[in-house]
Amino acid sequence: MLKIKNLHASVEDKAIIKGLDLEINPGEVHAIMGPNGAGKSTLGYVLSGRDGYEVSEGQVELEGNDLLDMEVEERAQAGLFLAFQYPVEIPGVSNMEFMKESVNAIREQQGEEPLTAADFLKKAKAACKQVQLPLDFLKRGVNEGFSGGEKKRNEIMQMILLEPKLAILDESDSGLDVDALQVVADGVNSQRDGKRSFIVVTHYQRLLDYIKPDFVHILADGKIVKSGDASLALEVEKSGYSFLGKKYEEAEA
Amino acid sequence: MSQWLTEVIESASATSDFLAPVRKQALSSLEQAGWPGRRNEAWRFTPLTPVEKRTVKTAADVPAHDAPAIDGLSAYELVFVDGQLTSDTAQLDLPAGVTVAAFDKLDAAQQDVVSSLYGQVKPQRHVFGLVNDVASAQGIFIDIAPGIKLDKIIRVTNLVTQDVDAHTRVVARLGEGASARIFEHAEGQASSMSTAFAEYAIGDNAHLEHYRFAMMTGAAKQVGGSHFKLGNASTLNSTVVGYGSELSRLDVDIIHAGEHADAKMNAVYLLAEGELFDLHSNIEHTMPNGTTEENARGIVGDRARAVFNGRIHIHRDAQKTLAELNNRNLLLSRRGLINTKPELEIYADDVKCAHGATVAEIDDEALFYLLTRGVPRSKALVMLNFGFIQELVNQVPENSIRDWLLPKLSERFATMEVK
Repeated sequence: MLKIKNLHASVEDKAIIKGLDLEINPGEVHAIMGPNGAGKSTLGYVLSGRDGYEVSEGQVELEGNDLLDMEVEERAQAGLFLAFQYPVEIPGVSNMEFMKESVNAIREQQGEEPLTAADFLKKAKAACKQVQLPLDFLKRGVNEGFSGGEKKRNEIMQMILLEPKLAILDESDSGLDVDALQVVADGVNSQRDGKRSFIVVTHYQRLLDYIKPDFVHILADGKIVKSGDASLALEVEKSGYSFLGKKYEEAEA
Repeated sequence: MSQWLTEVIESASATSDFLAPVRKQALSSLEQAGWPGRRNEAWRFTPLTPVEKRTVKTAADVPAHDAPAIDGLSAYELVFVDGQLTSDTAQLDLPAGVTVAAFDKLDAAQQDVVSSLYGQVKPQRHVFGLVNDVASAQGIFIDIAPGIKLDKIIRVTNLVTQDVDAHTRVVARLGEGASARIFEHAEGQASSMSTAFAEYAIGDNAHLEHYRFAMMTGAAKQVGGSHFKLGNASTLNSTVVGYGSELSRLDVDIIHAGEHADAKMNAVYLLAEGELFDLHSNIEHTMPNGTTEENARGIVGDRARAVFNGRIHIHRDAQKTLAELNNRNLLLSRRGLINTKPELEIYADDVKCAHGATVAEIDDEALFYLLTRGVPRSKALVMLNFGFIQELVNQVPENSIRDWLLPKLSERFATMEVK
């Protein structure tokens, strides 16, 4: 599904990702954990193609295609989805109008007919229901006046609607109480169909109690320094990032 | 003095019709005023170089043209092509109490009315208005008798198809309690110089729904004005659309000459490439209890330039005036330029007056968010940035015009250069 080889990336000339390798097969869930400043969010932005995130070296392939060569919207149309840590509020653009454009742009790229207004509405309603967002949220401006938890659920709602091949969840658990966390996790788990892959970026092990990862990677100083199964997350939970050395313990404090 | 203005003045002295006495007056004002230089505040940001050294050109042959088609619009159509009225006003089949006639078809009584209105609503300070006073060989008189409600729109279209000088005029009078809908529409991109001025004397309790679409582009140079004098408790609802060209300037004056008058004006402009559009609006509240609401919103792309000057003048006796003027702009490009200038002059103490002007740029974060969901860039830009224009277009009272305008504007916007 996704192959990252020796990725180096910088923001404003500051190197953040420094030689990252990662390979994800269809259907797998990979958790990426790490201390603050390790480059976790940067990885999501680099993969989605944000301006200002410069790749200086390395390759990224999505289903064999060169991801780094694509425009932001082309990556999305190719099946990449990023659930933002801090989704932006866009007053004046309705959630509904936005999602309809998105769904149909992606369908068009994949050679499918656009959805009729009625079919779209049906799907959108079902997706809202699944993440327990009231239906009138569809008519509101994108994330406009949403609480932190509502924004996170709106991200998952979009993911369900867009049916990506690879979803990156950037700290989708931050700022959520246990109930909201459960809703977000249920939304994600409902999309695990053995083909769709996930990168779950998180600071805490807590989310991984709900979304069981196949692999856990520790990202530190722009590289994956340790990989393992779900038990690695529990280890981190217990003893922090002390195994990374003194530098990271301080960063955590 | 500019060569062009010298030639205009020379050829104007030769015109003689029933308007000769008023034209003569305008001519002496024009000679006095002279060519407006850069130091002239009204032209500070709008260079007149494309016209200054022009040679006056008259059209030998004028091709026949229909007005731009608007689906579902039922209108009395009057079309000027290259300054020549090509419609026969006698064929309009007008209801009783409604006059729409070419200047050269007026009877003596009508000539008297036009002479008494000509140049009276439009302030003298507009130099090109004076040019139009002396040079508009052809014009249309619209007269709606007291109490008559005319629902069908009267559309006056100005088309330029070749390199000519074209000067056209509309003089309109709405009697007490009358109501009418008048649409001034201009299109064409041929290198040309046109002036189109319209004066509206709106009687007590009368209502005018007005449209002025200045949609000439390319090398067409156009300077025009729509000027309104509002009687007691009369209402005006005007929609202005501006495209830019080598030179495109529109002056609007709304004069509250009676009490309790209510004026609303929405203006949108979309400027691409190296286009220029200049909108000067002037609201005069001379009498008490009047209200004005003006919203001007524009998008400027590439190397285009927008000039907006919004003046509100509340005279000493105009107590209890409510006036609001708002100008919002979106700048798509580093090379584009917007000059917006609010001017408030308030001499009455019991008024409410609000004024605001903003220039915004594209929100990169919001754009990135839409792109990560697969929305194509051009569509994302429209979604993010066209809403504030759409909001005004949605208020266009006539459905057929609104439905025609919205896709036209969003198409124009989608092709505008973002840099």
